[in-house]
Amino acid sequence: MLKQRPFLIETLTAIGLILAPFVLPHLGFAPNTVNRILVWGLFGLGFDILFGFTGLLSFGQSAFYGTGGFVAAYLLTRAGFSNVLGALVIGMIAAAATGYLIGLIALRRTGIYFAMITVAIAEVFFFVEFNPLSDFTGGENGLPGVPTPSFNLGFTTLHFTDGWSLYQFIALCYFIGVIIALRIVRSPVGAIFSAIRDNPLRATAVGHNIHGYKLTAFVIAAAYAGFAGGLLGVLQAFMPPDAFTFDTSGQLVMQTAIGGRGTLFGPLVGATVWLFLQDFLQSALGLGAAWKLVLGVVFVLLVCFLRGGIVGGLVDLYGLFSGRRRKVAEREEREAEAGFALEAPPAPMQAKEVQHPAYSGPILKATGLTKRYGGLVANSDIDFSVDQGELRGIIGPNGAGKSTFFKMLTCEIPPTSGRIVFEGRDITGLKVTDVCQLGLTKSYQVNQLFTGLTVRQNLTIAALAELRGKFRLDLFRSLSGVKGLTEQVEHTLALVNLTRRADTQVAELAYGEKRRLEIGLALATSPRLLLLDEPLAGMSPRERVETVKLLKSIARGRTMIIIDHDMDSLFELVERVTVLQEGRVLVSGSPEEIKTNAAVQEAYLGGVHGEIAA
Amino acid sequence: MISWPNLVSQLFNGLALGALLALISSGLTIIYGTLGVLNLAHGAMFMIGGYAGFVTYQYTGSFILAVIAGSLFVMLLGVVMERTIIRHFYHRPHEDQLLVTFGLGICFVEIIRLIFSSQSQIVPPPALFQGITNLGFMFYPTYRLAVVGIVAIALGALFIILYRTRLGMIVRAGIEDSVMVDSLGINVYRVFMIVFGIGAMAAGFAGIVNAPVVSLTPGIGDDILVQTFVVVVIGGVGSFPGAILGGLIAGEIISVTSMFNPGYAYVMLFAAMTIVLVVRPHGLLGVQGRE
Repeated sequence: MLKQRPFLIETLTAIGLILAPFVLPHLGFAPNTVNRILVWGLFGLGFDILFGFTGLLSFGQSAFYGTGGFVAAYLLTRAGFSNVLGALVIGMIAAAATGYLIGLIALRRTGIYFAMITVAIAEVFFFVEFNPLSDFTGGENGLPGVPTPSFNLGFTTLHFTDGWSLYQFIALCYFIGVIIALRIVRSPVGAIFSAIRDNPLRATAVGHNIHGYKLTAFVIAAAYAGFAGGLLGVLQAFMPPDAFTFDTSGQLVMQTAIGGRGTLFGPLVGATVWLFLQDFLQSALGLGAAWKLVLGVVFVLLVCFLRGGIVGGLVDLYGLFSGRRRKVAEREEREAEAGFALEAPPAPMQAKEVQHPAYSGPILKATGLTKRYGGLVANSDIDFSVDQGELRGIIGPNGAGKSTFFKMLTCEIPPTSGRIVFEGRDITGLKVTDVCQLGLTKSYQVNQLFTGLTVRQNLTIAALAELRGKFRLDLFRSLSGVKGLTEQVEHTLALVNLTRRADTQVAELAYGEKRRLEIGLALATSPRLLLLDEPLAGMSPRERVETVKLLKSIARGRTMIIIDHDMDSLFELVERVTVLQEGRVLVSGSPEEIKTNAAVQEAYLGGVHGEIAA
Repeated sequence: MISWPNLVSQLFNGLALGALLALISSGLTIIYGTLGVLNLAHGAMFMIGGYAGFVTYQYTGSFILAVIAGSLFVMLLGVVMERTIIRHFYHRPHEDQLLVTFGLGICFVEIIRLIFSSQSQIVPPPALFQGITNLGFMFYPTYRLAVVGIVAIALGALFIILYRTRLGMIVRAGIEDSVMVDSLGINVYRVFMIVFGIGAMAAGFAGIVNAPVVSLTPGIGDDILVQTFVVVVIGGVGSFPGAILGGLIAGEIISVTSMFNPGYAYVMLFAAMTIVLVVRPHGLLGVQGRE
């Protein structure tokens, strides 16, 4: 694939930008149109990181486009600032700062709320620009007289005036924008962005502070928007007030969706289609005002039938041709490897270093843990303690409150009352992200995977949380630059026996494989205490045997608590069993004791009726 | 300077705008609550309601017929839209739903622009409500008073449908848990279609009732849509009482601020929304857990 060749995309972009002035005029593009396309493309680079990669659809990007544009234009026209590039950068910083403040408000909610709030915010900016700030922004007249850039190199002065001359400057800006965007997308932060788009719940649970990362994406998008807004003023020698309108945001969204989200180049392609069609439909076909209707219909059709937009469609097409060849090669490889399927299990993975080596009490201690949902008591006054290195099982009939108990231990839900102490530290009321960072995580009863990503990417995201902490802004580091990442991912892959499926999309995995990956995600964060919520659920008898083997191998050097209904497997695996019934601890003991316990037998064989009668 | 008659008349304006926003927002919010789809074409449907009424008025000269035709046309449009496009998006991500309804909204606006051009069109108020009413302490346009009454009746009708009929019970149950309603043997997709129709009709009705107050332009729905969002965020998504409360609050904020400086109306509205988001992230009457 393209991704494996370093700098291929950068090189192709450079070649394309250099060739454009020689090729595009023959296709009927005026230099001014090409420049506008590039400005939209640059604007869209940031937006695609926000929408395509992080999955946050904002209808308010005009606020930052306008802010950057007007700050730059004001500096250059009214404040006597003469350095064009400097003004553009200041405009970009102003937009990014605005983006940070707005992001704090808008990101309080997700999904449609986020979309609605961004719309409202953009509208506010429009009105503020027109009225209270009209002394600075020129109100509905905008700011005329924005100069073009020139650079004094000592021996000569480079002046980019208009047309293809200005193109050189804008193309260079776009090229730098592409390089930065590519670095970001390929960085650990970029990987976490796609994790947030795919499954924010799990991204939080494996220990990433997703709010911080969302805000990062929002600020990046605002910065790109601000710079592009400044360029718009330079390009037109005039900063138009309509940069702030809702139409600007709408056009950006539509261009990105037409070109293809999550591709970085989608917005550029979309802008090309948009501006070309606008010119073509209006002048060549004489459609007049109807051009926008045609674009609207094209847009709706694309959203309905081609989710990936034009670029996405092309990539699929490429995959169709090259994929056929690859599949044949893959099958041969798999057949060749089939003989070696049963390898020796790899050495168990080390758990995180213990932070309190002196601490020797129970690794987890819960006292008086209670959870009420209104009148319903899910867990009531549970005292529970697990020693270092122990392998504990939890059983109980359906509705006994086992999963609620786990959710409280990992701090997904707060207990109504009671305390949880992990390694001598009170974790009651902490967030699930922080608890995971401390070394306590769980695998889910219902798979919570990043389904749009490959197996390797899934594990990378989990491992990153452990290696980088919950929030870090290493935007320009490549994934291969993260120390220990490859080893940890490869090791986890081997441990859950998915090495051969590493580059397969999760959506294409068999159920048993997904189940193993679910455990792998939790394992890749190197927890010292691992909770497993029904790891054997829905597996075939053969898969169960294999998974029990897997659980045994990962149990070395690690404390685990396992909920399951498969008692034969569980009793074979664990040292002690706790039985929950109706939200209370019924009894605890060794598997042998539990098997012969009369109360347990009654709980499972209809004793419930007796309880209710009593 | 602030004068009392001026303030009171702005409060009345706020009431009229608020009632209108309440009606449009309840349409938006019951659609979202039941179907899980945020209809970005809702503003366009408001606008189409106005134009459909305008055409009817041109041919018949009857305002009542205009209101009926405007509402029914938009309801029909909603049903067709749900049947042909929206239903294929129930199982797609929210972003796709937003994109497709946004695109449809643009198509609607452009079609109207193509037919009627961008020039503004005027629908006069019905003869009964023309002129000015003397309220004792001030004079106020009669039709604006009538708008409050008409919209209150419409909201009442919506309330009765939602809270006093079998259909309404199913719709409210669908807002709680549409999968459960489906498994109880009720054809939830038919309910979805009806809800989309009713929600659209609320917008269309508001569109024609509002037409005599302002002049009609193809872009009239855009501003309304933004205000509706603020209403829904303030009131709480999926909550019918929230939409009414939010509508009245938003209407008063816009009107009263406009008295001092219209440029700040949106700023104040936004400030109110921010406060609500900080203090009660799920809206004043919203329920936690619906996103």
